[in-house]
Amino acid sequence: MAKIIIPTPLRKFTEGKASFERSGETVKAVIYDLVNLYPALGTQILDANNEVRSFIRLYVGDEDVNALEGTATAVGESSVISIVPAIAGGSK
Amino acid sequence: MSYVLNLMSLISMSNITFNKAELERYSRHIIIPEFNIEGQRKLKAAKVLVIGAGGLGSPLLLYLAAAGIGHIGIVDADVVDESNLQRQVLYGVKDVGRLKVEAAKERLSALNPHIQIEIYPYRIDSDNALALFEQYDVIADGTDNFPTRYLVNDAAFLTGKTNVYASIFRFEGQVSVFNYKDPATGELGPNYRDLFPEPPPAELVPNCAEGGVIGVLPGIIGSLQANEVIKVITGVGAPLAGRLFLFDAASFETRTLKVRATKNNPLRTGELDRLIDYVQFCDVALPKAANEPAIKSTVVKEIDVHELKTLIDQKADFQLIDVREDFEYEIVNIGGELIPLSTVAAANDRIARAKKVVIHCRSGKRSADAIRQLENQFGFDNLYNLKGGVLAYANEIDDSLATY
Repeated sequence: MAKIIIPTPLRKFTEGKASFERSGETVKAVIYDLVNLYPALGTQILDANNEVRSFIRLYVGDEDVNALEGTATAVGESSVISIVPAIAGGSK
Repeated sequence: MSYVLNLMSLISMSNITFNKAELERYSRHIIIPEFNIEGQRKLKAAKVLVIGAGGLGSPLLLYLAAAGIGHIGIVDADVVDESNLQRQVLYGVKDVGRLKVEAAKERLSALNPHIQIEIYPYRIDSDNALALFEQYDVIADGTDNFPTRYLVNDAAFLTGKTNVYASIFRFEGQVSVFNYKDPATGELGPNYRDLFPEPPPAELVPNCAEGGVIGVLPGIIGSLQANEVIKVITGVGAPLAGRLFLFDAASFETRTLKVRATKNNPLRTGELDRLIDYVQFCDVALPKAANEPAIKSTVVKEIDVHELKTLIDQKADFQLIDVREDFEYEIVNIGGELIPLSTVAAANDRIARAKKVVIHCRSGKRSADAIRQLENQFGFDNLYNLKGGVLAYANEIDDSLATY
């Protein structure tokens, strides 16, 4: 079971849950599995061609999936998938 | 060539001297072997521009001033508000209503009289950013919105300055060092556009009910940012270039992820060779699925707070609806019926059709969204948006009400 960490701004689409353990052989399979559970999350992180949106990064461990094999990157039992969004707070 | 440059910078560094008070003040730096007097000289010679004197800017400025950064510039157009004091530890009660840059300068000068502080009480924009950045060595970005994030990033790239970046949201913080030129290899590190080529659509940028930040978080993240500024200037340690640090204060999880320079970054390809209109650049809508009807961004009918006051005073027959969240209602309310925006469609049968209905939120944006939904999906034609929301009501009608 790979672990997926949901960032704060997207937790409103996962009933407030911060992380999930899901099975799947690739990043894509794990993400699709999760998106099946929370379809609204899918709209946020994937575009019409099911590609990752450009204001979201997906990581496996400390590596950007774009530097690996994209969403086809294999995940193992102990993999941690991070969804990293742009956040802008700081001043106000 | 580089030898000559190094020699020259060493000669100019040796002109930087410290008096007895400074030597005593900085002694805990100077006795760190790899830092020593050279590191302290570099700090004194350095010019750092801090953009945003708020949550991140507070610890950042305090530590940079205390550390002896010789020249600090502060950009911020805001005044200190009561609601800032929960986290902006640079300010006290007596500063409420003052320009942040002026209150900050006073506090920092009292903390360290051996440094120079320049203040810029205006918003940074595409017309003034480049000239300002040119005067500094390092930029520290602690702003609070996407247009300014991209502006600071692009201006730092175009002027060749390192941008020490930090950002926070609720319990979550991010830190990175962008546009860092490795002194050994001359290689230029990634920037914000490598990480996020595009800003999120407006729908994903949290509205005022979804914002908020735990007060200690900017203290933690802003201190990390100050540490990176000091490392970049002194060359001590390995700066957080090409890496993104994530901190979740709620779960106490930290991650350090790799950030890579991308080939199609428009700054690197040269496609983007000047500053643009960043408000327009960040004004993107979330693409809808094909079968989802687009909500038209039509103008809604409005009334202002004085008209609402008249309705209340006349005991007119109308319905007042508040579409904020319950935790906001607890801070302040004006007696409206609470139907949070996300439940408005499902609760449409609670909304009157035969009389005037005034809908409000904090400042007017969510209530306008609620009215558009109700008009488009349920055919309401009797809905009025309260201009400026409960904030305007507190400011113009009843100053005993709390604002947030």
